[in-house]
Amino acid sequence: MAAIVIGITNGAFIALIALGYTLVYGIIELINFAHGDLFMLGTFVCLTTLTLLGFGTEVGVSGTPWWALVIAILAAMIFCGVLNMLAERVAYRRLRRAPRLAPLISAIGVSFIFVNIGLFWQGPTPRRFPDLLPQYDFVSQLFGLHTLVRFTFKDLFVLALAIPLMLGLAWVIRSTRMGKAMRAVAQDSEMALQMGIDVDRVISFTFVLGGVLAGAAALMYGLYNNNTVFTLGFAAGLKAFTAAVLGGIGNVTGAALGGFVLGLLASLTVTYAGGQWENVGVFSLLVIILVFKPTGLLGQALGDRA
Amino acid sequence: MQKRWTTAAAVVSVLALMVGACGGGTGGGGASSAKTIKIMSSLPMTGASRTQTVEIVNSIQMAIADTKINNVTVNFEALDDATAAKGSWDAAQEAENARKAINDKSVVAYIGTYNSGAAKVSIPLLNQAGLVMVSPANTYPGLTKPGKGEANEPNTYYPNGKRNYARVVPADDLQGAVGAVWAKDLGAKKVYIVHDTQLYGKGIADVFRAKAKDLGLTEAGYEGADKADNYRALANKIKDSGADFVYYGGIVDNNPAVLLKDIRAVLPTMKFMGPDGINCSEFLKQAGPAADASVYSTFGGVPPEKYTGKAADWLKAYNAKYNNNNPNPYAIYGYEAAKVVLAAIAAAGDKADDRATVLANVMGTKNYDGVLGKWSFDANGDTTLTQFSGSQAKSGSWAFVKELAVQQ
Repeated sequence: MAAIVIGITNGAFIALIALGYTLVYGIIELINFAHGDLFMLGTFVCLTTLTLLGFGTEVGVSGTPWWALVIAILAAMIFCGVLNMLAERVAYRRLRRAPRLAPLISAIGVSFIFVNIGLFWQGPTPRRFPDLLPQYDFVSQLFGLHTLVRFTFKDLFVLALAIPLMLGLAWVIRSTRMGKAMRAVAQDSEMALQMGIDVDRVISFTFVLGGVLAGAAALMYGLYNNNTVFTLGFAAGLKAFTAAVLGGIGNVTGAALGGFVLGLLASLTVTYAGGQWENVGVFSLLVIILVFKPTGLLGQALGDRA
Repeated sequence: MQKRWTTAAAVVSVLALMVGACGGGTGGGGASSAKTIKIMSSLPMTGASRTQTVEIVNSIQMAIADTKINNVTVNFEALDDATAAKGSWDAAQEAENARKAINDKSVVAYIGTYNSGAAKVSIPLLNQAGLVMVSPANTYPGLTKPGKGEANEPNTYYPNGKRNYARVVPADDLQGAVGAVWAKDLGAKKVYIVHDTQLYGKGIADVFRAKAKDLGLTEAGYEGADKADNYRALANKIKDSGADFVYYGGIVDNNPAVLLKDIRAVLPTMKFMGPDGINCSEFLKQAGPAADASVYSTFGGVPPEKYTGKAADWLKAYNAKYNNNNPNPYAIYGYEAAKVVLAAIAAAGDKADDRATVLANVMGTKNYDGVLGKWSFDANGDTTLTQFSGSQAKSGSWAFVKELAVQQ
């Protein structure tokens, strides 16, 4: 049971980052390798913002400074959104009609640039992230049950933020004009252009959306794990990318589902098989699913357009 | 417009490359003299170990500045065996560093590595080139001691059959054992052993495990845990196991601080012990309030505040020079390693630039009177010092608890 709660909260981070991959892939069929590193920079923005506001460490802070957390998450969301948009402008837009490999390589380049910015910004050692959330265990404190299952305020915080963000994203895509335009561009960008849709703007917007989600995930990650380092992006990105593929890359619901499945599977493997089997379990599942259902859990077979 | 974007991108990437290139080496210059030789060090300067490795490099530079050898100019270059992509030591990078030292004919000694796993990579390379290597920090027993590691160790590291590797720190076959004895003294009955899956971490965890069994402690669990974002599932598993003591074999780079924090969340009073790999300020900084008085570590030698005699003088000089408030325990080993190498170079006289002579002199070090006391290298290249101490976390720093005796 405890493993399930842990799996779901860990899965929520993965899902939020995975959405960034899948959104971009759905629209321009680019695997944005820099996305994990964007998330890493997001954690740094949160850390810097909190430090500037005087909450760089939890020592001497009583209660949770919600206003500071709101500012931090907004700062990270804006920063990541704008940075992701700029990356698209600088590194991907001109390559949109180039062979597929070109933007992929340029994404790897952007990833290196982000990693080095992170290295320069916060230095080569891991940084401690303040532990500002209340230590409150609902199961034992609310219901008086002393079981092995813990559902703490931190878990609630992650879910209370991640789930509305995902629902919000679904709403944007399904019900707004911009969302409609995104879907149109995803289906056929040439046709969308002829229908009078500003394709460049739609793509920029998609990158902003992906960045905003990464920024939100960044604050949650920091407050939950209380630790960040400039190399964080690679592992986080790889897991999220796996989740996106697992769910069917390009499919938004699939990415969210993939994230939760991955988180659950990882925590179950650790609990029942041992720590060193975590990645074995996760990636075995990926291989099995891709062998039997190459499009992922919810993916549809898309023609290879390149 | 498009052209401008390209230029901007180019400028950004060049800047990023420059940033990445920072933290590299320090070259030494010097007046021309009869002979100019070079010492290289290879330590992880990127990642959580950086705090300590910078101190080791400082100590090496200090040793070189302190030592005047007639007609010999000693240059020094500090190499980084960690990569930004990994954030800790990297086998490919370590191999590249070793080759760099081999190919530079002025290099007569290689000080490193910090991680035992990295030493496994560079010892054989340097062995074939006949270059001496002195480690200020490797503690995995199998690197030097027959019968303490895998069946083919340590001979597999010395392809030309001649030892070229020595270390100034006592090895883990002693450290893991004193850890287990101390754990029992602290009241441990049921121990959960976790290691970071690396050569050093698993090695010391295995020694601890064997000794704990001899001492009659129950094993609640034993498992490897890779570097991860959080260890909440493992922490719950430890809780379920009913363990009353956790031993972690591993280095600070592999997130033991996060493990400790996650254990604290479910087991507020669990005792936690680790070896020298966590005995550093970085671990405490990352763990924050989770590093309370139930957190213990062991390491070779005594902590800086207990230094006496030559070591105390050295500490005073170090603090004055680097404006530091007591370095981590490995700094003094960096100094001693460099001093031993420099003594070997001085003893070589005219042959100061001859690798074979320097190698023979270092390996033959006997009754060396250094900052650590009077010691020798034995036939395996191990120090004859066997002093260990135990510390306890106390408001953000490691406080000395007691000296731990080696019983064999």
